[in-house]
Amino acid sequence: MADLIIDEVALEPIQLIAPDGHPTPHHGLDPTSVVDRLPAMYRAMVATRGVDEEMVNLQRQGQLALYPPCAGQEAAQVGCATALRDTDWLFPQYRELGAFLVRGIDPGGVGLSWRGTWNGGLGFVERCVAPICIAIGTNTLHAVGAAMASTWLGDGGVTVAFIGDGGTSEGDVHEALNLAAVQQAPCIVFVQNNGWAISTPTHDQYRAPSLAHRAIGYGMPGVRVDGNDVAACHMVVAEAAERARRGDGPTLVEAVTYRMGPHTTSDDPTRYRSEGEVATWRALDPITRCEAFLRHVGAWDDTLAEEAASHAADLRRSLRDAVYDAPDGPATEVFEHVFAEPTPELLRQRDELAAELEREG
Amino acid sequence: MTMVQAIGAALHDAMAADDRVVVFGEDVGRQGGVFRVTDGLQGTYGEQRCFDTPLAESGIVGAAIGMALRGFRPVPEIQFDGFTYPAFDQVATHLAKYRSRTRGLVRMPVTIRVPSFGAIGSPEHHSESTETYWAHTAGLKVVVPSTPADAYSLLRDSIECDDPVMFLEPKRRYWAKEDVDRAARREPIGTAVVRRPGDTVTVVTYGGLVGVALEAATLAAEEHGWDVEVVDLRSLVPLDIDTVAASVARTGRCVVLHEGPRTLGMGAEIAARLQEEVFWDLEAPILRATGFDTPYPPTRLEGDWLPGVDRLLDTVERSLSYDHA
Repeated sequence: MADLIIDEVALEPIQLIAPDGHPTPHHGLDPTSVVDRLPAMYRAMVATRGVDEEMVNLQRQGQLALYPPCAGQEAAQVGCATALRDTDWLFPQYRELGAFLVRGIDPGGVGLSWRGTWNGGLGFVERCVAPICIAIGTNTLHAVGAAMASTWLGDGGVTVAFIGDGGTSEGDVHEALNLAAVQQAPCIVFVQNNGWAISTPTHDQYRAPSLAHRAIGYGMPGVRVDGNDVAACHMVVAEAAERARRGDGPTLVEAVTYRMGPHTTSDDPTRYRSEGEVATWRALDPITRCEAFLRHVGAWDDTLAEEAASHAADLRRSLRDAVYDAPDGPATEVFEHVFAEPTPELLRQRDELAAELEREG
Repeated sequence: MTMVQAIGAALHDAMAADDRVVVFGEDVGRQGGVFRVTDGLQGTYGEQRCFDTPLAESGIVGAAIGMALRGFRPVPEIQFDGFTYPAFDQVATHLAKYRSRTRGLVRMPVTIRVPSFGAIGSPEHHSESTETYWAHTAGLKVVVPSTPADAYSLLRDSIECDDPVMFLEPKRRYWAKEDVDRAARREPIGTAVVRRPGDTVTVVTYGGLVGVALEAATLAAEEHGWDVEVVDLRSLVPLDIDTVAASVARTGRCVVLHEGPRTLGMGAEIAARLQEEVFWDLEAPILRATGFDTPYPPTRLEGDWLPGVDRLLDTVERSLSYDHA
């Protein structure tokens, strides 16, 4: 594998595919070396884009309470998640739909979180994905602890913590990066720098040359990658995972990308950013870039587009069905999972609620 | 053995019994802890199972969550009570909620040991009562031992428990001595104990103040002929209100004694619960002898600030002054 991750942090993001689809080999590394894996990544990106749209629709219909769209960040998430083993633990925040789908999590499991019937996401931990983390940056520490555990277990596991540019300002992320470096934990902190933390632009968020540069201070490699280039994201994370597995410790990866939509369905990005900016990034769409590259190297097949669209449509349908059909569950269930065994006081309170519900009929 | 030795013995025995138990925190390894509680653990079990961390309380607890997720039983130490606040977010946001968030799929068998409470002449942030914060956070168990034997037994229980436990060690009792039978496990978490039977008034307390209550009870008997019953809660969550209620139903009077500030302290909860449970048996309002609603005082003033024998006896006397005859 080429040496993508070097001691010196480069400001220029690593890119293997130019926006127009031409290969831009970096350090002698050529994206054609992963061309056989790109159709699967393309398919996952199309699925992510489709399910993301459906989530927004469902929110607009009042079926979901809230939803944080991820359109524009598909390459970062899919490139990262496809570079890992299914047994590597992911510690997401809440915008990582692409990573969830790569892991085979049912879109309904994600949708029900936002509907408000399952806080942590259905089907997550069974696939080595930690529950959605609404608090910012706190998940990075869980990833470091789990990575330390992987070392002790000798299972060759790697953990990935997902955060955003805003999240890097949280204190826990400092503690996580420092602890990971001190412990040489097999951990990747994957920052999706998507330009905006709700309404705060990156220039009001940090003054370092880049977020990857922070790695220098922790004594670990930092790498900036074009977050809209799925091949580059995939190869950078693959190399970071390989380093981690052979005992060379953590890596800080900054994927430079853009959030095309709002932070969540509750905010109005037209209040804080220009249409021109959005248009600039729309031209850098990760899905069309992947397609253009496959066409350029003669690996494109029209059936891929059809098959990907049909797969996305199936997932959208399954999401709709899961959300429309979802029962709220019995209210007394809240008492069941506070402790392994409910305390006498919890049992008293459960009976109190049960009686109240019965009176109300 | 002393309470320090008893807690150390519990850690040794827990680590021997289960190789998933890991101990870490600031200075717990080479130094064996600032109070030597973890002395010898690193030597016996190696640097993977007992290790020093960077000085970062949120990091210590947050990493423990990840370890627990992967099947370990972390026993982190936060060096002093007042330094648990930087870790509060990880405890309240994640540790306490992981089980319910995942509908029981993920257990959090994490025991956070905290040298706690005052009366040892320490600087600011080294003497605080944090128990109400934890007791108010759903999903946490809160344990406060008062004797070496209980400390041993309750810590073994806490480490074996599949739920997160805040294990608050009363520093002023660290050097108290008692025979500890390591083979015999005593009552589990969630059971209070009557330390001294009596029929005049019930004093409910826990941790470092159990000794104060017993001393006051002896004095009260000698000087006034009051027969004070002392109940040691041992765990605040789960709270064994039945044992307390049975005692108060018999004596008709209750004084709650704790170090933490009075407002919304454990005394408030116990008084509220008792008036629901044994209202018709009460001869007097439930009273509290506590610390004050001020920041913990400078060292030279803590003797005056903390509730001691005198404040407790004054409060007992006030309880007895309610006479319906």
